Amino acid sequence: MTALTELTLAAARDGLRNKAFSAREITQAHIAAVAAARPLNAYITETPERALAMARESDARLARGERLALDGLPLAIKDLFCTDGVQTSAGSRILAGFTPPYESTVTANLWRAGAVMLGKANLDEFAMGSANITSAHGAVENPWRRRGDNRPLVPGGSSGGSAAAVAARAALAAIGTDTGGSIRQPASFCGIVGLKPTYGRCSRWGIVAFASSLDQAGPMTRNVKDAAIMLTAMAGHDPKDSTSAPVPVPDFEAALTSDVRGLRIGIPREYRVDAMPGEIEALWQQGIDWLKSAGAMPVEISLPMTKYALPAYYIIAPAEASSNLARYDGVRYGLRVPGESLDEMYENTRAQGFGAEVRRRVLIGTYVLSAGYYDAYYLKAQKVRALIARDFDEAFRRCDAILTPTAPSAAFAIGEKMDDPVAMYLNDVFTVPVNLAGLPGLSVPAGLSRDGLPLGLQVIGRAFDEETVLRIGGVIESTAGFALKPAFIAGGAA
Amino acid sequence: MALDKATVARIATLARIKVPEAEQDSLAGELSKILTWIEQLNEIDTSGVEPMASVVHMTLPMREDVVTDGGRRDAILANAPQQAQGFFVVPKVVE
Repeated sequence: MTALTELTLAAARDGLRNKAFSAREITQAHIAAVAAARPLNAYITETPERALAMARESDARLARGERLALDGLPLAIKDLFCTDGVQTSAGSRILAGFTPPYESTVTANLWRAGAVMLGKANLDEFAMGSANITSAHGAVENPWRRRGDNRPLVPGGSSGGSAAAVAARAALAAIGTDTGGSIRQPASFCGIVGLKPTYGRCSRWGIVAFASSLDQAGPMTRNVKDAAIMLTAMAGHDPKDSTSAPVPVPDFEAALTSDVRGLRIGIPREYRVDAMPGEIEALWQQGIDWLKSAGAMPVEISLPMTKYALPAYYIIAPAEASSNLARYDGVRYGLRVPGESLDEMYENTRAQGFGAEVRRRVLIGTYVLSAGYYDAYYLKAQKVRALIARDFDEAFRRCDAILTPTAPSAAFAIGEKMDDPVAMYLNDVFTVPVNLAGLPGLSVPAGLSRDGLPLGLQVIGRAFDEETVLRIGGVIESTAGFALKPAFIAGGAA
Repeated sequence: MALDKATVARIATLARIKVPEAEQDSLAGELSKILTWIEQLNEIDTSGVEPMASVVHMTLPMREDVVTDGGRRDAILANAPQQAQGFFVVPKVVE
């Protein structure tokens, strides 16, 4: 029998319903895998007892003939989602010891659907990073290695722990958050599927806020169908998040018809950036050819503002972050470092509590919002954001979805690209515009780099049209036939 | 734009983050580099463009003006670094 940790979410769901195995069995197999995956540092907090208790409830329901959408399926939760009674750190020292007395809406939706929590996955501090090296709980390792090279690689970020856990079979699936690429880029680096839904599709309530106008939760899975199943359970209107959209949630799984005939696929010419490796250019062309063979019609489109998306993002996101992170002051939760006065207590707490990248972004955000600079930076960036959104609006008059690479490179080694913040920011060149425009974006593993590392293609859709995005992603997936596994597999003992 | 050490110190105070003087120079260099990169936005003519604060094209929803939460003082105080008699405790503010 296939190890229970090797199953897809969909196959595990069927196995549980057919009573081929119990929720307890598949949960125990995953608890063992989580322990075996410790060298990757993918989890900050493991919750095996809670997992077994949840599995027991699932087994009781299944025995009664009830079955919820995700009953008995063990998942990893990015440690940015508040979980009632389980420490939530956001990867930061400043939230040391914080145990939320409430549950985020998205995780509550998952538990209501019967899912099992394996633990809280590692991430870049406050989700700020593209390599999962800024966590106060240490860097995460990618389970993949370059061919003939044993140096550890980054998993991407910020949802690097979620991506590494799913790729290494230490979770059936995971959830992450994506502010500028934090689901899609690690999915690409780890050879898995990652979906950032439309802004407003999933509630942000109970997610530690980074940049509120950009943040969105989404699934990270080993195939497109699993992402559709997860999103159906996660999404939905929530009165507690005033930006959550009061729109019906379709059955996303039903959208995977494999029929893309007649769909117009936009290929943005501005995404052919200088310095893009030839192998990524070639993979992109291959993706275009695959969709063409399946009956879709590639059309060249123009997104003229593409090169300005990153600099606009690095004003807007830090500005929102500096405001959101003002709440960490040593008074109500987490770390407190004493000082002579109240102000000095704040300053000491925040100096010790924030890491270097978070400090850098809070300072940039404070600067661009400060008197005399607000118009020149923040307002200017918001105007550029409007132009970026307009680019997409115009493009979608000529096409039904857009195909691009997910990231300009494969995973890099821990230690590379670390000295220069701007070079690190360029990782998100293809993903950031999608957040600024609030659109859905899906990364699907499509091939390998010359040295044997996974590369993803990104499908971008119209707002609230995840169905078309998933359908196209499903066709790329089945044509690419990406079935390779990373060097490090944690599961398999069961 | 090149930030000097004094500006870094001023921003750090606004952000309530203590930045040791020894780190102010290198931080000024890092932040200046990021700001210079950001300033390529000045190449774009944005006259007449409405700034976009959110992609959600709707007015904030209204709801009944009733209490929907509360009465959870102890749960909220449970995470406080210091608390006494149902309050958060901070260093003395008024002499």
